[in-house]
Amino acid sequence: MSLTSEEVNRIAWLARLAIDSDKTDAYAHDLSGILNFIEQMSAVDTSAVSPMAHPLDQAQRLRPDVVTEPDQRALFQQLAPAVDAGLYLVPKVIE
Amino acid sequence: MHEKTIAELSLGLKNKAFSSQELTQAFLARIQTLDPELNAFITVTEDMALASAKAADALLAKGEAGPLTGIPIAQKDIFCTKGVRSSCGSKMLDNFISPYDATVVERFNHAGAVMLGKLNMDEFAMGSSNETSFYGPVKNPWDTGTVPGGSSGGSAAAVAARLTPGATGTDTGGSIRQPAAFCGITGLKPTYGLVSRWGMIAFASSLDQAGPMARTAEDCAMMLQAMAGFDPKDSTCVDQPVPDYSATLGQPLDGLRIGLPKEFFGEGLDPEIARLIQAAVDEYRKLGATVKDISLPNMHLSGPAYYVVAPAECSSNLARLDGVRYGYRCAEPKDLKDLYMRSRGEGFGAEVKRRILIGTYALSAGYYDAYYLKAQKIRRLISEDFKRAYEEVDVIMGPTSPSAAFRFGEKSADPIAMYLSDIYTIAVNLAGLPGMSIPVGFSGKLPVGMQIIGNYFSEAQLLNLAHRYQQVTDWHRRSPSL
Amino acid sequence: MQWETVIGLEIHAQLATKSKIFSGAATAYGAEPNTQACAIDLGLPGVLPVLNQEAVRMAVKFGLAIGATVTPRSVFARKNYFYPDLPKGYQISQYDLPVVGNGQTTIAVDGEEKVIGITRAHLEEDAGKSLHEDFHGFSGIDLNRAGTPLLEIVSEPDMRSAKEAVGYMKKLHALVRYLEICDGNMQEGSFRCDANVSIRPKGQEKFGTRAEIKNLNSFRFVEKAINFEVERQIEILESGGQVIQETRLYDSVKDETRSMRSKEEANDYRYFPDPDLLPLEITPDFIETVRAGLPELPDAKRDRFKAAYGLNAYDAEVLTATRELAAYFEAVVHAAGSDAKLCANWVMGDLAAALNKAGLEIEQSPVQPDRLAGLVQRIADDTISGKIAKQVFEALWESDETADAIIEKQGLKQITDTGAIEAIIDEIIAANPDQVAGYKSGKDKLFGFFVGQAMKATGGKANPAQLNDLLKKKLQ
Repeated sequence: MSLTSEEVNRIAWLARLAIDSDKTDAYAHDLSGILNFIEQMSAVDTSAVSPMAHPLDQAQRLRPDVVTEPDQRALFQQLAPAVDAGLYLVPKVIE
Repeated sequence: MHEKTIAELSLGLKNKAFSSQELTQAFLARIQTLDPELNAFITVTEDMALASAKAADALLAKGEAGPLTGIPIAQKDIFCTKGVRSSCGSKMLDNFISPYDATVVERFNHAGAVMLGKLNMDEFAMGSSNETSFYGPVKNPWDTGTVPGGSSGGSAAAVAARLTPGATGTDTGGSIRQPAAFCGITGLKPTYGLVSRWGMIAFASSLDQAGPMARTAEDCAMMLQAMAGFDPKDSTCVDQPVPDYSATLGQPLDGLRIGLPKEFFGEGLDPEIARLIQAAVDEYRKLGATVKDISLPNMHLSGPAYYVVAPAECSSNLARLDGVRYGYRCAEPKDLKDLYMRSRGEGFGAEVKRRILIGTYALSAGYYDAYYLKAQKIRRLISEDFKRAYEEVDVIMGPTSPSAAFRFGEKSADPIAMYLSDIYTIAVNLAGLPGMSIPVGFSGKLPVGMQIIGNYFSEAQLLNLAHRYQQVTDWHRRSPSL
Repeated sequence: MQWETVIGLEIHAQLATKSKIFSGAATAYGAEPNTQACAIDLGLPGVLPVLNQEAVRMAVKFGLAIGATVTPRSVFARKNYFYPDLPKGYQISQYDLPVVGNGQTTIAVDGEEKVIGITRAHLEEDAGKSLHEDFHGFSGIDLNRAGTPLLEIVSEPDMRSAKEAVGYMKKLHALVRYLEICDGNMQEGSFRCDANVSIRPKGQEKFGTRAEIKNLNSFRFVEKAINFEVERQIEILESGGQVIQETRLYDSVKDETRSMRSKEEANDYRYFPDPDLLPLEITPDFIETVRAGLPELPDAKRDRFKAAYGLNAYDAEVLTATRELAAYFEAVVHAAGSDAKLCANWVMGDLAAALNKAGLEIEQSPVQPDRLAGLVQRIADDTISGKIAKQVFEALWESDETADAIIEKQGLKQITDTGAIEAIIDEIIAANPDQVAGYKSGKDKLFGFFVGQAMKATGGKANPAQLNDLLKKKLQ
């Protein structure tokens, strides 16, 4: 399994990660190596095995429908790179 | 004072041999002297520590102190701490002052422990050497030319160098056990779901688990007592009573059945480490245990399965770091796409990017079944291997890592070589089992750790096993010369 | 070429819980921006979701109401994509194992009944809102809505016209309000839909390529958007082109759909089970408890109204459109004690018109059921005429008094005394000899003149039937 630079760029776009163009090949090389390592799995027949998503076989616990969270906007927005009138600002979203 | 264990310090505080403020000042002074070289701390919270120590002394004076009241500890920087930078070792969160406390942090505060500061780590806990931290690598106190292990490298180095008597760590694929082994300390990764993950910045949610790192099993028991237990804020945290971990320390080991998986002693293991593990197992024989060779036939698939599951989950967990509500934002984004691409491209280091990319690829259309689903099936096979093993043995022992601490730069250019240093620890996370690493000797001047893996929720048994060994050996008492 | 339209709807109903689906923040509409967005809703590092029990109960309620299967073990999955109103970079939703599967509902369009299949309904979290007003070249993000529970209800592609689509949407709108799981407020976005529209040559089995029209938040827009889209697709195909599968937005000002350029990049949502949440197990006990608490559903209520009150299909349909209207109607009938048809006429007629004019909902009606019933009783027992009743109704609307008090105070009681009416007729006949002569010579139309004169003389209070009979007798 080996990835091309185009594939690396496609994945990087899906993941919204800017990658320097001069490093794409290096990423392609590293990722291909990791994929080859992962590839060992395909040697095993798992057709009769059920997937395991969680270590413990438990069911979801449910929360009562109660409002517990006070308004902490001022505290939270201290962390934000750009806010105005209580809104988080981002470059214009065009639809 | 800094050579004492948590248990000894707790006694000293109760007996008024020293105050928490004196103790805290002593450790802060030690950090000031030694940490510039070791780089174990990202943030030292001196003022908060002294204030907590003062409050602890008041409780001690009133006779209202618990076992951890006034004991200095340090938190891995993966835990959110209110009012304190919680960076997770990343440029992305370098400016993130958490508005809330992680449950683990809250519980230590509640127990009266004094937080000295926040510990260095691999960026977002992705690494086995601490070389991926935005704040620079931590040095191994036993040999400053070698790595402390990772990702809880700052925690392990700080405990080994006696900068703190105890530290928290997190373990997704070996991140408590491997650095504990590299730095000659005791570390425990509990059963998945024993300790709340609320406020612990997620790497791979179905694998991450927090645990104690200290010099002795006795200290780990005291710390785990504070950390463990149900938390309604974490859906994956189990609701069951927590046993008294200290109460069962020192129980006899007669009839204990130890399993040695042949897959842990094959190719790739440093023969010196193999010898030390066998010697430690012999000590257990002397303590009354029987030893049996066993097999975990799917062990070799744990690495491949892990490097699908962990990156897949991390690719999604780290999507929230987008430069909108907190964290790093690139300068002058020209549009929304640019904001995302550059904030994330500039905010994350190379290893984090590699894992996000692999995880994104493994989940993408057309590859899900071959990678993610397949890995979850392998996970089942590995878990069943352990289940079968525990029908014939009580615990499993083996090396924590195939080698002792390696040198800086030795593996950082080759991701796969780096991944292989967790080859014995990863399966435990995939199955969700508890595992410990305890010091069992030295390879040259570098410490070596032995891994003890138990069945689900057998932490009390593991701690007792480790404690019994530490009663008859003194590897855990050795300290590096600094 | 004859074209057939194929429509499937994805309806998003905001569940009427107090707190969010995975956090304890409030869900109330209209708060100051970001004041109802807690650490979990903002996706701060280290936060974790815990599922709201009430959201689950509501989803099960809906499942039972459409005769669907409730999945014993359903799974939450992450839908991964980047958008500023999606704080975590993924939406927690359900993918291959939704909580509700395989139900149906029956709609009536132009008197024809039709069964519409409901493929599934799943729980998910709503996103925040992007405000595009200019903040110095930036958009503003309000995350108050982020994490509000949604039930996404996905239909089979069973609808064949915009009218059917609207019928289906109205049907579900009534249903979720009956169940009290959604307030149905479409202006606030509590109930909205995406429409998948395609066309195919009549008789062809294979579906055409569909376009998905996003975020339609009124019945009128659903109808207009679908009709526009169908015309657009016909034009493309008839001029030899091909419809492309894409997401389109309906512009209600221009009345057209257009391609959403911001979503031009192919989406790859990378669904996988959310590792922060465990499988949702719903026990038979839980289902039975929910079932026991189900209200009477619209179809059953409609059938009962026909049988119990002798209403025709149309009246029964209108009166059961909402749970509140049906309850109001039944309260009037019970208080009036009889004549359900007359009660229906007043509820659907004058009352509905007055409410509509005042912009009020039935539950806000200033005329309470018992007061309207008082009016109906006086019409039924001939105390007042239908015409006078309208006058009484206006007074009921304006005051808190009963119909009887109004009739008494304003002296509106109908004159039914034969002698009194005869006396008035006699006076009119005496005063209008020419007209009497004309009528007798065959000008039948003049009969109306005498009725008018009599009504004028009695202030409209003469019993009309009685007046007619007596006039005919006297003019013979």
